[in-house]
Amino acid sequence: MRFFIMSRTVLKSLFRRPATIKYPFGPRILSKKARGSIAIDISKCVFCGICQKKCPTGAIEVTKEQKSWKIARLRCITCGYCVEACPKKCLRMGNQYTEPMLTRHEDMYKNA
Amino acid sequence: MTKRTIIPFGPQHPVLPEPIHLDLVLEDETVVEAIPSIGFIHRGLEKLVEKKDFLDFVYVAERICGICSFIHGMTYCIAIEEIMKIKIPERAEYLRVVWSELSRMHSHLLWLGLMADSLGFESLFMHSWRMREKILDIIEDTTGGRVIFGSAKIGGVRKDIDDATLKAIVKNLKSYRKELKEITDVFIKDPSVMHRLVGVGTLKKEDAYELGVVGPVLRASGWQSDTRKLGYAAYKNINFEPVTEKAGDSYARCSVRIKELFQSIDIIDQAVSKIPAGPIEIKVTGTPDGEFFARTEQPRGEVIYHAKAYGTRFLQRLRVRTPTFANIPGLLKMLPGSNLADVPVLVLTIDPCISCTER
Repeated sequence: MRFFIMSRTVLKSLFRRPATIKYPFGPRILSKKARGSIAIDISKCVFCGICQKKCPTGAIEVTKEQKSWKIARLRCITCGYCVEACPKKCLRMGNQYTEPMLTRHEDMYKNA
Repeated sequence: MTKRTIIPFGPQHPVLPEPIHLDLVLEDETVVEAIPSIGFIHRGLEKLVEKKDFLDFVYVAERICGICSFIHGMTYCIAIEEIMKIKIPERAEYLRVVWSELSRMHSHLLWLGLMADSLGFESLFMHSWRMREKILDIIEDTTGGRVIFGSAKIGGVRKDIDDATLKAIVKNLKSYRKELKEITDVFIKDPSVMHRLVGVGTLKKEDAYELGVVGPVLRASGWQSDTRKLGYAAYKNINFEPVTEKAGDSYARCSVRIKELFQSIDIIDQAVSKIPAGPIEIKVTGTPDGEFFARTEQPRGEVIYHAKAYGTRFLQRLRVRTPTFANIPGLLKMLPGSNLADVPVLVLTIDPCISCTER
Protein backbone atom coordinates (compact mmCIF):
# COMPACT_ATOMS: atom_id res chain seq x y z
CA MET A 1 0.00 0.00 0.00
CA ARG A 2 1.36 3.41 -0.96
CA PHE A 3 0.47 6.80 0.37
CA PHE A 4 0.35 10.22 -1.34
CA ILE A 5 -0.41 8.69 -4.76
CA MET A 6 -2.58 11.62 -5.70
CA SER A 7 -0.02 14.24 -4.64
CA ARG A 8 1.92 14.14 -7.92
CA THR A 9 -1.22 14.88 -9.92
CA VAL A 10 -2.26 17.58 -7.47
CA LEU A 11 1.17 19.24 -7.58
CA LYS A 12 1.18 19.12 -11.36
CA SER A 13 -2.19 20.78 -11.58
CA LEU A 14 -0.98 23.54 -9.27
CA PHE A 15 1.40 24.71 -11.97
CA ARG A 16 -0.79 23.90 -14.96
CA ARG A 17 -3.25 26.18 -16.67
CA PRO A 18 -6.88 25.37 -15.83
CA ALA A 19 -8.45 22.56 -17.84
CA THR A 20 -11.59 24.65 -18.33
CA ILE A 21 -12.13 27.69 -20.55
CA LYS A 22 -12.70 30.97 -18.78
CA TYR A 23 -15.96 31.44 -20.61
CA PRO A 24 -17.22 34.11 -21.54
CA PHE A 25 -13.74 35.72 -21.43
CA GLY A 26 -12.20 32.99 -23.57
CA PRO A 27 -13.85 31.71 -26.76
CA ARG A 28 -15.64 28.37 -26.83
CA ILE A 29 -14.21 26.78 -29.94
CA LEU A 30 -16.64 24.26 -31.35
CA SER A 31 -15.47 21.56 -33.67
CA LYS A 32 -16.16 22.10 -37.37
CA LYS A 33 -18.42 19.08 -37.41
CA ALA A 34 -20.39 20.14 -34.31
CA ARG A 35 -24.11 19.89 -34.89
CA GLY A 36 -25.58 23.34 -34.45
CA SER A 37 -28.64 25.18 -35.67
CA ILE A 38 -30.21 24.56 -39.06
CA ALA A 39 -29.99 27.27 -41.70
CA ILE A 40 -31.90 27.42 -44.97
CA ASP A 41 -31.19 28.97 -48.33
CA ILE A 42 -34.82 29.82 -48.99
CA SER A 43 -34.28 30.87 -52.62
CA LYS A 44 -33.33 27.28 -53.52
CA CYS A 45 -36.14 25.60 -51.56
CA VAL A 46 -38.92 23.97 -53.62
CA PHE A 47 -41.19 23.42 -50.56
CA CYS A 48 -41.47 19.69 -51.17
CA GLY A 49 -42.00 19.04 -47.45
CA ILE A 50 -39.64 16.06 -47.19
CA CYS A 51 -37.80 17.68 -44.28
CA GLN A 52 -41.10 18.13 -42.46
CA LYS A 53 -41.96 14.47 -42.99
CA LYS A 54 -38.53 13.23 -41.87
CA CYS A 55 -38.10 15.44 -38.79
CA PRO A 56 -38.22 13.11 -35.75
CA THR A 57 -39.69 15.79 -33.46
CA GLY A 58 -41.94 17.56 -35.94
CA ALA A 59 -40.09 20.85 -35.56
CA ILE A 60 -40.34 21.83 -39.24
CA GLU A 61 -43.47 23.08 -40.97
CA VAL A 62 -43.54 23.69 -44.70
CA THR A 63 -46.42 25.37 -46.52
CA LYS A 64 -46.32 25.09 -50.27
CA GLU A 65 -49.05 27.66 -51.00
CA GLN A 66 -47.49 30.42 -48.92
CA LYS A 67 -43.97 29.33 -49.83
CA SER A 68 -42.93 29.38 -46.22
CA TRP A 69 -40.55 27.24 -44.18
CA LYS A 70 -40.90 27.33 -40.40
CA ILE A 71 -38.71 25.79 -37.70
CA ALA A 72 -39.37 25.61 -33.96
CA ARG A 73 -35.83 26.01 -32.67
CA LEU A 74 -36.64 24.64 -29.23
CA ARG A 75 -38.12 21.43 -30.61
CA CYS A 76 -35.23 20.81 -33.01
CA ILE A 77 -32.82 18.18 -31.66
CA THR A 78 -30.16 19.03 -34.28
CA CYS A 79 -29.97 15.49 -35.59
CA GLY A 80 -29.33 16.61 -39.16
CA TYR A 81 -31.84 14.25 -40.75
CA CYS A 82 -33.49 17.09 -42.71
CA VAL A 83 -30.13 18.19 -44.12
CA GLU A 84 -29.49 14.65 -45.25
CA ALA A 85 -32.96 14.24 -46.78
CA CYS A 86 -33.20 17.60 -48.59
CA PRO A 87 -33.30 16.91 -52.37
CA LYS A 88 -32.25 20.46 -53.33
CA LYS A 89 -29.50 20.64 -50.68
CA CYS A 90 -30.75 24.02 -49.52
CA LEU A 91 -30.59 23.10 -45.84
CA ARG A 92 -27.32 23.17 -43.96
CA MET A 93 -26.16 22.77 -40.45
CA GLY A 94 -23.88 25.32 -38.83
CA ASN A 95 -21.59 24.50 -35.94
CA GLN A 96 -23.01 27.20 -33.65
CA TYR A 97 -25.82 26.52 -31.25
CA THR A 98 -29.07 28.45 -31.52
CA GLU A 99 -29.07 31.76 -29.65
CA PRO A 100 -30.93 31.73 -26.35
CA MET A 101 -34.50 33.00 -26.64
CA LEU A 102 -37.14 34.38 -24.33
CA THR A 103 -40.25 33.12 -26.13
CA ARG A 104 -41.15 29.87 -27.81
CA HIS A 105 -41.39 31.43 -31.24
CA GLU A 106 -40.79 29.74 -34.55
CA ASP A 107 -38.33 31.06 -37.10
CA MET A 108 -40.13 31.62 -40.39
CA TYR A 109 -38.53 31.99 -43.82
CA LYS A 110 -40.53 33.04 -46.87
CA ASN A 111 -39.74 33.01 -50.53
CA ALA A 112 -41.35 36.14 -51.87
CA MET B 1 -34.50 -8.08 18.56
CA THR B 2 -33.19 -4.70 17.52
CA LYS B 3 -35.73 -2.16 16.43
CA ARG B 4 -36.13 -1.93 12.69
CA THR B 5 -36.25 1.39 10.91
CA ILE B 6 -37.12 2.11 7.29
CA ILE B 7 -35.15 4.84 5.56
CA PRO B 8 -36.09 6.05 2.09
CA PHE B 9 -33.18 6.38 -0.34
CA GLY B 10 -33.98 8.48 -3.40
CA PRO B 11 -35.63 9.24 -5.80
CA GLN B 12 -33.80 12.50 -5.06
CA HIS B 13 -30.41 11.73 -3.57
CA PRO B 14 -27.19 13.73 -3.74
CA VAL B 15 -25.13 10.79 -4.94
CA LEU B 16 -27.33 9.87 -7.85
CA PRO B 17 -28.99 12.39 -10.13
CA GLU B 18 -31.35 9.77 -11.46
CA PRO B 19 -34.57 8.70 -9.77
CA ILE B 20 -34.41 5.27 -8.21
CA HIS B 21 -36.15 4.73 -4.91
CA LEU B 22 -35.03 2.20 -2.33
CA ASP B 23 -36.71 1.52 0.99
CA LEU B 24 -33.85 0.48 3.26
CA VAL B 25 -34.84 -1.62 6.24
CA LEU B 26 -32.22 -1.06 8.92
CA GLU B 27 -31.27 -2.71 12.15
CA ASP B 28 -29.12 -0.09 13.88
CA GLU B 29 -26.77 0.95 11.07
CA THR B 30 -26.93 -2.27 9.09
CA VAL B 31 -29.15 -2.79 6.10
CA VAL B 32 -31.22 -5.96 6.37
CA GLU B 33 -33.41 -5.51 3.34
CA ALA B 34 -33.78 -3.18 0.39
CA ILE B 35 -37.06 -2.76 -1.48
CA PRO B 36 -36.73 -0.97 -4.82
CA SER B 37 -39.30 0.94 -6.75
CA ILE B 38 -38.74 2.26 -10.23
CA GLY B 39 -40.96 3.97 -12.76
CA PHE B 40 -40.37 7.65 -12.08
CA ILE B 41 -39.25 8.50 -15.59
CA HIS B 42 -41.06 6.09 -17.84
CA ARG B 43 -41.29 7.79 -21.23
CA GLY B 44 -43.02 5.14 -23.33
CA LEU B 45 -40.29 5.01 -25.97
CA GLU B 46 -41.03 1.37 -26.81
CA LYS B 47 -44.62 2.24 -27.70
CA LEU B 48 -43.41 5.09 -29.90
CA VAL B 49 -42.06 2.53 -32.37
CA GLU B 50 -45.61 1.99 -33.64
CA LYS B 51 -45.87 5.65 -34.68
CA LYS B 52 -42.40 6.26 -36.18
CA ASP B 53 -41.02 5.07 -39.47
CA PHE B 54 -38.50 2.29 -38.79
CA LEU B 55 -35.73 4.34 -40.42
CA ASP B 56 -36.42 7.37 -38.20
CA PHE B 57 -36.63 5.38 -34.99
CA VAL B 58 -32.82 5.24 -34.78
CA TYR B 59 -32.96 8.79 -33.41
CA VAL B 60 -35.35 7.72 -30.68
CA ALA B 61 -33.33 4.59 -29.87
CA GLU B 62 -30.23 6.73 -29.46
CA ARG B 63 -32.02 8.91 -26.98
CA ILE B 64 -33.04 6.04 -24.69
CA CYS B 65 -29.84 6.70 -22.80
CA GLY B 66 -27.66 9.77 -22.76
CA ILE B 67 -24.45 7.91 -21.99
CA CYS B 68 -24.46 4.77 -24.08
CA SER B 69 -26.47 6.45 -26.83
CA PHE B 70 -24.42 5.20 -29.77
CA ILE B 71 -24.63 1.55 -28.74
CA HIS B 72 -28.40 1.83 -28.32
CA GLY B 73 -28.72 3.20 -31.84
CA MET B 74 -26.32 0.62 -33.20
CA THR B 75 -28.15 -2.30 -31.56
CA TYR B 76 -31.43 -1.14 -33.04
CA CYS B 77 -29.76 -0.94 -36.46
CA ILE B 78 -28.26 -4.42 -36.05
CA ALA B 79 -31.71 -5.83 -35.20
CA ILE B 80 -33.32 -4.27 -38.28
CA GLU B 81 -30.38 -5.16 -40.54
CA GLU B 82 -30.61 -8.79 -39.46
CA ILE B 83 -34.35 -8.88 -40.15
CA MET B 84 -33.87 -7.31 -43.57
CA LYS B 85 -30.76 -9.46 -44.27
CA ILE B 86 -28.60 -6.43 -45.01
CA LYS B 87 -24.84 -6.85 -45.03
CA ILE B 88 -23.30 -3.51 -44.14
CA PRO B 89 -19.92 -2.42 -45.59
CA GLU B 90 -16.86 -3.50 -43.64
CA ARG B 91 -15.66 0.04 -43.04
CA ALA B 92 -18.94 0.86 -41.32
CA GLU B 93 -18.51 -2.16 -39.04
CA TYR B 94 -15.09 -0.95 -37.95
CA LEU B 95 -16.32 2.61 -37.43
CA ARG B 96 -19.08 1.20 -35.23
CA VAL B 97 -16.41 -0.52 -33.13
CA VAL B 98 -14.38 2.69 -32.79
CA TRP B 99 -17.41 4.70 -31.67
CA SER B 100 -18.63 1.92 -29.35
CA GLU B 101 -15.29 1.87 -27.60
CA LEU B 102 -15.12 5.65 -27.36
CA SER B 103 -18.52 5.66 -25.73
CA ARG B 104 -17.43 2.89 -23.38
CA MET B 105 -14.43 4.97 -22.37
CA HIS B 106 -16.43 8.11 -21.71
CA SER B 107 -19.03 6.15 -19.76
CA HIS B 108 -16.44 4.44 -17.57
CA LEU B 109 -14.66 7.74 -16.92
CA LEU B 110 -17.96 9.31 -15.97
CA TRP B 111 -18.52 6.42 -13.59
CA LEU B 112 -15.04 6.77 -12.07
CA GLY B 113 -15.76 10.45 -11.45
CA LEU B 114 -19.11 9.72 -9.81
CA MET B 115 -17.48 7.01 -7.74
CA ALA B 116 -14.82 9.41 -6.47
CA ASP B 117 -17.56 11.92 -5.75
CA SER B 118 -19.54 9.38 -3.71
CA LEU B 119 -16.41 8.68 -1.68
CA GLY B 120 -16.01 12.41 -1.08
CA PHE B 121 -12.77 12.54 -3.07
CA GLU B 122 -13.56 15.74 -4.96
CA SER B 123 -10.22 16.34 -6.65
CA LEU B 124 -10.19 12.81 -8.05
CA PHE B 125 -13.71 13.39 -9.35
CA MET B 126 -12.61 16.55 -11.16
CA HIS B 127 -9.54 14.85 -12.63
CA SER B 128 -11.59 11.88 -13.89
CA TRP B 129 -13.93 14.25 -15.66
CA ARG B 130 -11.05 16.25 -17.03
CA MET B 131 -9.90 13.03 -18.69
CA ARG B 132 -13.43 12.32 -19.90
CA GLU B 133 -13.54 15.73 -21.55
CA LYS B 134 -10.73 14.70 -23.91
CA ILE B 135 -12.72 11.69 -25.07
CA LEU B 136 -15.77 13.89 -25.54
CA ASP B 137 -13.67 16.20 -27.71
CA ILE B 138 -12.69 13.27 -29.93
CA ILE B 139 -16.34 12.30 -30.17
CA GLU B 140 -17.33 15.87 -31.06
CA ASP B 141 -14.65 16.07 -33.72
CA THR B 142 -15.77 12.84 -35.37
CA THR B 143 -19.55 12.85 -35.02
CA GLY B 144 -20.57 16.41 -34.26
CA GLY B 145 -22.29 15.56 -30.98
CA ARG B 146 -20.77 15.21 -27.54
CA VAL B 147 -22.99 12.52 -26.06
CA ILE B 148 -25.64 11.92 -28.72
CA PHE B 149 -23.54 10.76 -31.65
CA GLY B 150 -26.26 10.57 -34.27
CA SER B 151 -24.01 8.49 -36.47
CA ALA B 152 -25.69 5.09 -36.44
CA LYS B 153 -27.86 4.32 -39.42
CA ILE B 154 -29.63 1.30 -40.79
CA GLY B 155 -27.32 0.06 -43.53
CA GLY B 156 -24.09 1.51 -42.17
CA VAL B 157 -23.01 4.72 -40.49
CA ARG B 158 -23.91 8.32 -41.23
CA LYS B 159 -20.43 9.82 -41.04
CA ASP B 160 -16.98 8.74 -42.02
CA ILE B 161 -13.76 9.38 -40.14
CA ASP B 162 -10.90 9.98 -42.56
CA ASP B 163 -7.71 7.98 -42.15
CA ALA B 164 -5.63 10.95 -40.99
CA THR B 165 -8.08 11.65 -38.15
CA LEU B 166 -8.15 7.97 -37.18
CA LYS B 167 -4.36 7.93 -36.98
CA ALA B 168 -4.39 11.13 -34.93
CA ILE B 169 -6.90 9.57 -32.52
CA VAL B 170 -4.67 6.54 -31.99
CA LYS B 171 -1.65 8.79 -31.47
CA ASN B 172 -3.54 10.93 -28.95
CA LEU B 173 -4.77 7.89 -27.10
CA LYS B 174 -1.20 6.65 -26.75
CA SER B 175 -0.17 9.70 -24.73
CA TYR B 176 -3.59 9.68 -23.09
CA ARG B 177 -2.89 6.22 -21.69
CA LYS B 178 -0.05 7.53 -19.53
CA GLU B 179 -2.13 10.32 -18.10
CA LEU B 180 -5.03 7.95 -17.53
CA LYS B 181 -2.82 5.57 -15.61
CA GLU B 182 -1.89 8.34 -13.23
CA ILE B 183 -5.56 8.89 -12.35
CA THR B 184 -6.67 5.26 -12.28
CA ASP B 185 -3.73 4.31 -10.06
CA VAL B 186 -5.33 6.38 -7.34
CA PHE B 187 -8.45 4.21 -7.50
CA ILE B 188 -6.41 1.02 -7.41
CA LYS B 189 -3.70 1.88 -4.91
CA ASP B 190 -4.83 4.73 -2.68
CA PRO B 191 -5.50 3.43 0.84
CA SER B 192 -8.42 5.81 1.49
CA VAL B 193 -10.20 4.68 -1.68
CA MET B 194 -9.41 1.02 -1.02
CA HIS B 195 -10.78 1.33 2.48
CA ARG B 196 -14.19 2.20 1.07
CA LEU B 197 -14.19 -0.46 -1.65
CA VAL B 198 -12.36 -3.63 -0.62
CA GLY B 199 -14.72 -6.27 0.75
CA VAL B 200 -17.78 -4.02 0.43
CA GLY B 201 -20.86 -5.54 -1.20
CA THR B 202 -19.45 -8.89 -2.25
CA LEU B 203 -21.51 -10.70 -4.87
CA LYS B 204 -20.62 -14.39 -4.95
CA LYS B 205 -19.91 -16.10 -8.25
CA GLU B 206 -23.00 -18.38 -8.03
CA ASP B 207 -25.26 -15.53 -6.95
CA ALA B 208 -24.09 -13.37 -9.84
CA TYR B 209 -25.01 -16.11 -12.28
CA GLU B 210 -28.33 -16.98 -10.70
CA LEU B 211 -29.49 -13.38 -10.47
CA GLY B 212 -28.57 -12.86 -14.10
CA VAL B 213 -26.41 -9.78 -13.62
CA VAL B 214 -24.52 -8.54 -16.65
CA GLY B 215 -21.47 -6.58 -17.70
CA PRO B 216 -18.71 -5.44 -15.34
CA VAL B 217 -20.74 -6.62 -12.30
CA LEU B 218 -20.82 -10.17 -13.66
CA ARG B 219 -17.18 -10.08 -14.75
CA ALA B 220 -16.07 -8.78 -11.36
CA SER B 221 -17.60 -11.92 -9.82
CA GLY B 222 -15.40 -14.14 -11.96
CA TRP B 223 -17.52 -14.92 -15.03
CA GLN B 224 -15.80 -14.46 -18.33
CA SER B 225 -18.85 -13.15 -20.13
CA ASP B 226 -18.71 -10.39 -22.67
CA THR B 227 -21.27 -9.99 -25.46
CA ARG B 228 -18.63 -8.43 -27.68
CA LYS B 229 -17.26 -11.96 -28.01
CA LEU B 230 -20.37 -12.84 -30.06
CA GLY B 231 -18.67 -10.94 -32.86
CA TYR B 232 -21.22 -8.32 -33.85
CA ALA B 233 -19.96 -5.37 -35.92
CA ALA B 234 -16.21 -5.89 -36.43
CA TYR B 235 -15.52 -7.43 -33.03
CA LYS B 236 -15.12 -10.79 -34.75
CA ASN B 237 -11.83 -9.56 -36.23
CA ILE B 238 -10.46 -8.10 -33.02
CA ASN B 239 -8.40 -9.96 -30.46
CA PHE B 240 -9.26 -9.28 -26.87
CA GLU B 241 -10.07 -11.22 -23.74
CA PRO B 242 -12.85 -10.10 -21.38
CA VAL B 243 -11.49 -8.52 -18.21
CA THR B 244 -12.39 -10.50 -15.12
CA GLU B 245 -11.79 -10.29 -11.39
CA LYS B 246 -12.48 -12.93 -8.78
CA ALA B 247 -13.34 -11.06 -5.60
CA GLY B 248 -16.81 -9.80 -6.58
CA ASP B 249 -16.62 -6.79 -4.25
CA SER B 250 -16.84 -3.09 -5.08
CA TYR B 251 -13.08 -2.92 -5.56
CA ALA B 252 -13.23 -5.71 -8.16
CA ARG B 253 -16.02 -3.91 -10.03
CA CYS B 254 -13.98 -0.73 -10.00
CA SER B 255 -10.87 -2.44 -11.25
CA VAL B 256 -12.75 -4.27 -14.03
CA ARG B 257 -13.94 -0.90 -15.36
CA ILE B 258 -10.45 0.57 -15.12
CA LYS B 259 -8.92 -2.33 -17.03
CA GLU B 260 -11.67 -2.03 -19.63
CA LEU B 261 -10.64 1.56 -20.21
CA PHE B 262 -7.19 0.44 -21.28
CA GLN B 263 -8.68 -2.46 -23.21
CA SER B 264 -10.84 -0.02 -25.15
CA ILE B 265 -7.73 1.92 -26.17
CA ASP B 266 -6.23 -1.36 -27.44
CA ILE B 267 -9.40 -2.23 -29.34
CA ILE B 268 -9.49 1.19 -31.02
CA ASP B 269 -5.81 0.73 -31.90
CA GLN B 270 -6.53 -2.66 -33.50
CA ALA B 271 -9.65 -1.44 -35.28
CA VAL B 272 -7.77 1.51 -36.81
CA SER B 273 -4.94 -0.73 -37.98
CA LYS B 274 -7.39 -3.12 -39.67
CA ILE B 275 -9.98 -0.71 -41.06
CA PRO B 276 -10.42 -1.13 -44.83
CA ALA B 277 -11.22 1.65 -47.28
CA GLY B 278 -14.57 1.66 -49.00
CA PRO B 279 -18.15 2.85 -48.70
CA ILE B 280 -19.70 3.48 -45.29
CA GLU B 281 -23.30 2.70 -46.04
CA ILE B 282 -25.57 0.90 -48.44
CA LYS B 283 -28.97 1.98 -49.61
CA VAL B 284 -31.83 0.40 -47.73
CA THR B 285 -34.95 -0.44 -49.70
CA GLY B 286 -38.05 -2.34 -48.70
CA THR B 287 -39.51 -2.93 -45.28
CA PRO B 288 -38.58 -5.37 -42.51
CA ASP B 289 -40.58 -8.56 -42.04
CA GLY B 290 -39.67 -10.90 -39.21
CA GLU B 291 -38.18 -10.69 -35.77
CA PHE B 292 -34.75 -10.65 -34.23
CA PHE B 293 -33.01 -10.53 -30.86
CA ALA B 294 -29.93 -8.28 -31.04
CA ARG B 295 -27.44 -8.47 -28.19
CA THR B 296 -24.56 -6.07 -27.72
CA GLU B 297 -22.25 -5.04 -24.93
CA GLN B 298 -22.79 -1.63 -23.44
CA PRO B 299 -20.50 -0.03 -20.87
CA ARG B 300 -22.94 -1.28 -18.24
CA GLY B 301 -23.44 -4.74 -19.65
CA GLU B 302 -25.47 -6.63 -22.17
CA VAL B 303 -28.39 -4.90 -23.86
CA ILE B 304 -31.06 -6.86 -25.73
CA TYR B 305 -33.25 -5.46 -28.48
CA HIS B 306 -36.15 -7.54 -29.65
CA ALA B 307 -37.70 -6.15 -32.80
CA LYS B 308 -40.74 -7.57 -34.56
CA ALA B 309 -42.04 -6.33 -37.87
CA TYR B 310 -44.79 -7.30 -40.31
CA GLY B 311 -43.57 -5.83 -43.56
CA THR B 312 -44.85 -2.30 -42.96
CA ARG B 313 -42.97 0.98 -42.35
CA PHE B 314 -43.76 0.62 -38.64
CA LEU B 315 -42.48 -2.08 -36.32
CA GLN B 316 -45.09 -3.98 -34.38
CA ARG B 317 -43.08 -4.37 -31.20
CA LEU B 318 -39.72 -3.31 -29.84
CA ARG B 319 -38.54 -4.53 -26.49
CA VAL B 320 -35.38 -3.21 -24.90
CA ARG B 321 -33.81 -5.00 -21.95
CA THR B 322 -31.20 -2.63 -20.60
CA PRO B 323 -28.23 -3.70 -18.45
CA THR B 324 -29.22 -1.74 -15.34
CA PHE B 325 -32.55 -3.56 -15.27
CA ALA B 326 -30.64 -6.85 -15.06
CA ASN B 327 -28.25 -5.52 -12.44
CA ILE B 328 -30.85 -4.30 -9.93
CA PRO B 329 -31.46 -7.84 -8.51
CA GLY B 330 -27.71 -8.09 -7.98
CA LEU B 331 -27.75 -4.78 -6.13
CA LEU B 332 -30.53 -6.02 -3.85
CA LYS B 333 -28.39 -9.02 -3.01
CA MET B 334 -25.36 -6.85 -2.21
CA LEU B 335 -27.15 -4.40 0.07
CA PRO B 336 -28.25 -6.60 3.01
CA GLY B 337 -25.48 -6.76 5.58
CA SER B 338 -23.81 -3.56 4.46
CA ASN B 339 -23.48 -0.36 6.39
CA LEU B 340 -25.89 2.50 5.71
CA ALA B 341 -22.90 4.72 4.84
CA ASP B 342 -21.88 2.25 2.13
CA VAL B 343 -25.26 2.22 0.39
CA PRO B 344 -24.50 5.12 -2.01
CA VAL B 345 -21.21 3.48 -3.02
CA LEU B 346 -22.93 0.14 -3.58
CA VAL B 347 -25.71 1.67 -5.65
CA LEU B 348 -23.05 3.31 -7.77
CA THR B 349 -20.99 0.17 -8.28
CA ILE B 350 -23.64 -1.31 -10.56
CA ASP B 351 -23.35 1.90 -12.63
CA PRO B 352 -27.08 2.55 -12.58
CA CYS B 353 -28.70 4.24 -15.55
CA ILE B 354 -32.31 4.64 -14.59
CA SER B 355 -33.40 6.47 -17.75
CA CYS B 356 -32.29 3.40 -19.68
CA THR B 357 -34.08 1.06 -17.34
CA GLU B 358 -37.43 2.78 -17.66
CA ARG B 359 -37.20 3.90 -21.27
